[in-house]
Amino acid sequence: MGAHGPATQGLMRWVTTTNHKDIGTMYLWFSFAMFIMGGAFAMIIRAELFQPGLQIVEPEFFNQMTTMHGLVMVFGAIMPSFVGLANWMIPMMIGAPDMALPRMNNLSFWILPPTFLLLASTLFMEGGAPNFGWTFYAPLSTTYAPDTVTFFIFGVHLMGLSSIMGSINIIATVVNLRAPGMTYMKMPMFVWTWLITAFLLIAVMPVLAGLVTMMLMDIHFGTSFFSAAGGGDPVLFQHVFWFFGHPEVYIIILPAFGVVSQIIPTFARKPLFGYDSMVYATASIAFLSFIVWAHHMYTVGMPVAGELFFMYATMLIAVPTGVKVFNWITTMWKGSMTFETPMLFSIGFVFLFTIGGFTGVMLSLAPVDFQYHDSYFVVAHFHYVMVAGAVFSMSAAVYYWLPKWCGKMYNESMGKAHFWISFVGFNLTFFPQHFLGLAGMPRRIPDYALQFTDFNTMSSIGAFIYGSSQILFLFNVVRTIVAGKPTSEEKTWEGAEGLEWTVPTPAPYHTFSTPPEVK
Amino acid sequence: MHSQARRLFKLALSPVLLLLGLLSTGALAEEAQRWQMNLSPGVTEVGAEIYELHMIVIWICVVIGVVVFGAMFYSVFTHRKSKGAKPADFHESTAVEIAWTVVPFIILIVMAFPATKTLLEVYNFEDTELDILVTGYQWKWKYEYIDENGENVAFFSNLRTGKTEIYNEDGKGEHYLREVDEPLVLPVNTKVRFLVTANDVIHSWWVPSLAVKKDAIPGFINETWSKPLKTGVYRGQCAELCGRDHGYMPIVVHVVEQDEYDSWLAGKKVKAAKIKSLMDKQFTLDEQMVAGKTVYNQYCVACHGVNGEGGIGNAIAGSSIATGDIYGHIDMGVNGVPGTAMQAFGAQLNDVDMAAVLTFQRNAFGNNMGDIIQPIDVYNFKQGQ
Ligand code: HEC
Ligand SMILES: [Cu+2]
Ligand SMILES: [Cu+2]
Repeated sequence: MGAHGPATQGLMRWVTTTNHKDIGTMYLWFSFAMFIMGGAFAMIIRAELFQPGLQIVEPEFFNQMTTMHGLVMVFGAIMPSFVGLANWMIPMMIGAPDMALPRMNNLSFWILPPTFLLLASTLFMEGGAPNFGWTFYAPLSTTYAPDTVTFFIFGVHLMGLSSIMGSINIIATVVNLRAPGMTYMKMPMFVWTWLITAFLLIAVMPVLAGLVTMMLMDIHFGTSFFSAAGGGDPVLFQHVFWFFGHPEVYIIILPAFGVVSQIIPTFARKPLFGYDSMVYATASIAFLSFIVWAHHMYTVGMPVAGELFFMYATMLIAVPTGVKVFNWITTMWKGSMTFETPMLFSIGFVFLFTIGGFTGVMLSLAPVDFQYHDSYFVVAHFHYVMVAGAVFSMSAAVYYWLPKWCGKMYNESMGKAHFWISFVGFNLTFFPQHFLGLAGMPRRIPDYALQFTDFNTMSSIGAFIYGSSQILFLFNVVRTIVAGKPTSEEKTWEGAEGLEWTVPTPAPYHTFSTPPEVK
Repeated sequence: MHSQARRLFKLALSPVLLLLGLLSTGALAEEAQRWQMNLSPGVTEVGAEIYELHMIVIWICVVIGVVVFGAMFYSVFTHRKSKGAKPADFHESTAVEIAWTVVPFIILIVMAFPATKTLLEVYNFEDTELDILVTGYQWKWKYEYIDENGENVAFFSNLRTGKTEIYNEDGKGEHYLREVDEPLVLPVNTKVRFLVTANDVIHSWWVPSLAVKKDAIPGFINETWSKPLKTGVYRGQCAELCGRDHGYMPIVVHVVEQDEYDSWLAGKKVKAAKIKSLMDKQFTLDEQMVAGKTVYNQYCVACHGVNGEGGIGNAIAGSSIATGDIYGHIDMGVNGVPGTAMQAFGAQLNDVDMAAVLTFQRNAFGNNMGDIIQPIDVYNFKQGQ
């Protein structure tokens, strides 16, 4: 095994690196920075909504905040964080020396910081940042958009480029670089879910690119894709957007499924229940995600046949998703469980994600969705699946693999405190939002009627708690890296299985220069 | 189950029961109220059906949740290493896995039946008795009662809450942000068809108690319907992000007895006829100044000031437009300046009021132009553009 470290040192090490661990680290730190930024936007939103009336920001800026919060969290925080995890872990899990396309790997990361710098800089430009929601429906995002929309379009193109390159790399790595004996059906679940996610990304990112290109044409070159006055159709925008957007939510959640499928068996000290059905369920979810997009559009005035089709298809997704939840719980069943921080976050994930799944089934029913749609009920629903799904599982992943990454142990009590504070804060933030939506509060409003006051105040307090718990997270991680208790155990966790636990701790700069033999 | 598990089970169930208790009390009200936690069945049959469906699904989810989370927490509390649990070594079971694929599938089919039935009901447009065209504008609604004889009645419905309430300088009224200058008026027990569209961006017309939400899409007309069975005042607001004042375009619907509705509509028609008859009247300067001042104080004063000194808007006193070419001035009133606070008033003010307010601006605040804009001038301008 090659024991040598990076070829260059200092800043250039990071700029020129092709090492999957370096790139993974950069992705993880970048996504955390974006998480803090997107979180700050959320804090502004919740501070304004603490009370009725306008206190802190003007409606125009509020709209920029909701938009930027969504964009930064989805494209800047969640997606790159899982790519970072994939970079670190996939080669180590399949016994590969690195990613298959290391130079492209470097490029796909380095596209991101300038992209988000550009996006953030629109906040300071004349006319302000994008203010049309992260779903950027036309014509609000075309004819009626601020001039900065062109930067936004450029940014989306760049993000798409980065994601597609990242996905190609993951597919190439998984297909070509598995160690001898590592058949597909022996791959760790995290690798499986990422493989499927990568295919989803390749399928839908070009759709998004096409969509923003049409916008660009409408804005600058006089076409009318989305303007009825010129023979276009604003609803077309939504169809294309959600054809990307629905798979996108699975792009976010599938790697999260992978993470908890690694962690729960470790701490239950029992192999994952129903591995095969997990793989098939993931694949079916991915397939179904292409035929349900219009469930976001029940109120646009589709013919009843369309409504019925999308309703039935959407309901179907509950089946494979249920299989996953049952599998996780059965993995715990009759195990020998301990509850270190990664396990707490994973159980929190299963619990909260399932609640999000329940509201998902409710939302799938078209006639009832006429009441839920575009209300805070939807906001609550997707934060239960996205935050609980992506952020909880990401936190679990960081605690789980951090000792392997840096050879130091994090502080367990601080980790547990992070979990409990986030869990309480999260629920206090988002559970009352179900009530707000059911009582009739629409989403994306800076001010509200008086009957919504109490739950909004509650929700804001929860958000501040949840937000501050992330500072504890940052502190714990930094403290670990700087002054954590050194550990050199190969297997940090008693019940851990998999190739990543066979390499030394901390993982050397190059691992598996000679492929391991998988029996 | 041994006793400890049973205790845990009860413990896990108690918040759920508490919640449902709260849910069911919240459900009785038709008007949204403080601490409301649940959907309201509203005042329509469809709304009640939707509410029922919603409750059925909640209960199904609660039952599944109790079973699934019950199993999970039972396991979490008993299968612990600290309690000496030894890991079992099973990791698959075809029978179990088939069961938990098939059972949810069956439950979904059970849900699909009532959902389909309700959906078909929502899409049943037979026997509608009244057509109303609802148009979303940035940021107000326009309602137009469609009349077989072409005598449509149309008006705008604007937010009535003042800036001082919004900016916390005054106390907030009971219907803060959910009050309008002119509500939509509907006859009770009548199946009303709403034709929903928009003038600029997408809006969405949502009144929870009428169980109606439909996107208002520029260039397309959507239809939906509602049949309120109880008189009363029902409130809602725009549900689709539509720009700066998306949070400030409320909907207020007054459902009244048929005869009350008839006389309200008749009154509206008389007023419309009066405006029509005034269209080719020639007003004197004095008449225009009196009428114009009223319009100015209602629609323009907030931005242009009591003495035309300006504020959010430019000064009218000495304004080059108000003292310039007549048609330039009419253009400003009718079309506004896109992208600024100066909106297009062309659709909101009728030609009589528009002529009056513009004449007022040309002759008040020391402008003294001495010319008079007549309704027919505004009409001709609009026809010509
Ligand atoms: C919400 C604020 C607002 C309201 C209400 C408003 N205006 Fe304006 N108005 C403006 C602004 C802002 C401008 C400057 C537009 C620009 O950038 O040229 C303006 C400009 C004008 C001008 C041109 C003044 C000049 O010399 O540049 C006229 C005339 C005018 N408004 C008429 C009216 C009339 C008539 C009404 C009432 C029916 C009205 N405005 C109501 C904001 C408003
Ligand atoms: Cu979706
Ligand atoms: Cu709106």
